[in-house]
Amino acid sequence: MNLFTPISWNDAGFILTGVLNTVYISVVAIFFGTILGLILGFARAECNKIVNMCLGGVLDILKSVPLIIQLILFSTFIGAMGYPLDPFVAGSIILSLYTMAFMVEVFRSGFDNVPHATKKAARSLGMSYWQTVRHISIPIGMRSVLPSWIGVGLSVIKDSALVSVIGYMELLRTAEQLISRSQQAVMILVGVGLFYFLISYPLSLYGKYIERKMTR
Amino acid sequence: MDSYNFHWNVVWDAFPQLLSGAFTTLHVSVLSMLVGIVAAVFLALGKMSNSKILSFLSSVWIELSRNTPALFLIYMAYFGLGAYGIHLSPYLSVFAALVFVNGGYLAETFRGGFQSIPPTQYNAARSLGMNRIQAYRHIILPQMFRRIYHPMTNQFIWSILMSSLGILVGMNDLSGETQRLQSSSFRTLEFFIVAAAMYYVIAKLVLFAAHLVSKRVFKGELS
Repeated sequence: MNLFTPISWNDAGFILTGVLNTVYISVVAIFFGTILGLILGFARAECNKIVNMCLGGVLDILKSVPLIIQLILFSTFIGAMGYPLDPFVAGSIILSLYTMAFMVEVFRSGFDNVPHATKKAARSLGMSYWQTVRHISIPIGMRSVLPSWIGVGLSVIKDSALVSVIGYMELLRTAEQLISRSQQAVMILVGVGLFYFLISYPLSLYGKYIERKMTR
Repeated sequence: MDSYNFHWNVVWDAFPQLLSGAFTTLHVSVLSMLVGIVAAVFLALGKMSNSKILSFLSSVWIELSRNTPALFLIYMAYFGLGAYGIHLSPYLSVFAALVFVNGGYLAETFRGGFQSIPPTQYNAARSLGMNRIQAYRHIILPQMFRRIYHPMTNQFIWSILMSSLGILVGMNDLSGETQRLQSSSFRTLEFFIVAAAMYYVIAKLVLFAAHLVSKRVFKGELS
């Protein structure tokens, strides 16, 4: 008896769900990670030492504990507390926080790049503090962060593969299930790898291109 | 809100196993880092060489490792090679994937570090009477090493954290041990809290050691 069914075109829909789910959770994580990172990056650039130390400590934990452990820990924790969440929601929360931890440094260095004299000049022209932030710090500071922002975004797309451990059906998990059914590991894995590569490589080239344009 | 009763005794009794898992984690990351550095030197040289084939092959390795998830590469080593009759143990497949990634990332670091040294320095050294080897040994390499030291430390931390993916192929590293222990005791939360704390401590210890080494070797003149 043949235990394994070879893959066929009927599996295209299944793989496509995986692809869409990978894209979906990456976009959500990058979106929230960017917003939170922007706020906290601003706080780190502007606030005093004590706030910075507390923030730095928390962000350090997010960066020094493996993502996979964070995911398992969080989903077990909310389960044990009696609020089990959908894998997508739990995965997005942790992946967004993880993204945030890296985005904070990106935006902080952007805000630090704005010359102090420029901000002082804006203030002396009669702008309020928040007007300076809105019209001077953000437009000037954000100009330089695009290459590193792309870099963090790319690593999020790749790290989104780990959300499979808490049961989210992203690309690598659908592939794994197809492998265990059809035993055609190489063909499926090469296809999956190609997908990640085709998303990631053009973006990384674009990042390098912008970086070169900026340094010139 | 349900109250969850923590039972730490189970974790405390299993602590020796967790420590041996932590040792495996360190072991695989140190080894993959060392082999990765050797691979990266050759890749960087290959990418900068005039030979088109060498340069292309190095680029393929570098770009593949930088643009695909580490988990995909571990699966590739574990399931993919298995289809060709090469059955790697979990340890070896994680090791192979980490070497592949470390090689690719470090090659770009090395290349960047090398290209950041102005060529005039080499010419100046030669005109002072140094031969080629002396110029590299005393002028180029010390400066280059200072610039790549920090990215190399980061890559090492990354290897430690990413070796935790061994959990998915059944490796007996810190995360794999944790998974095994929690599945027999059902104290999932406790075990993973301790594992997270251990990863944090390991990462901090490595950073601290790197700081001490840099103080001693570079005497405070880090780039």
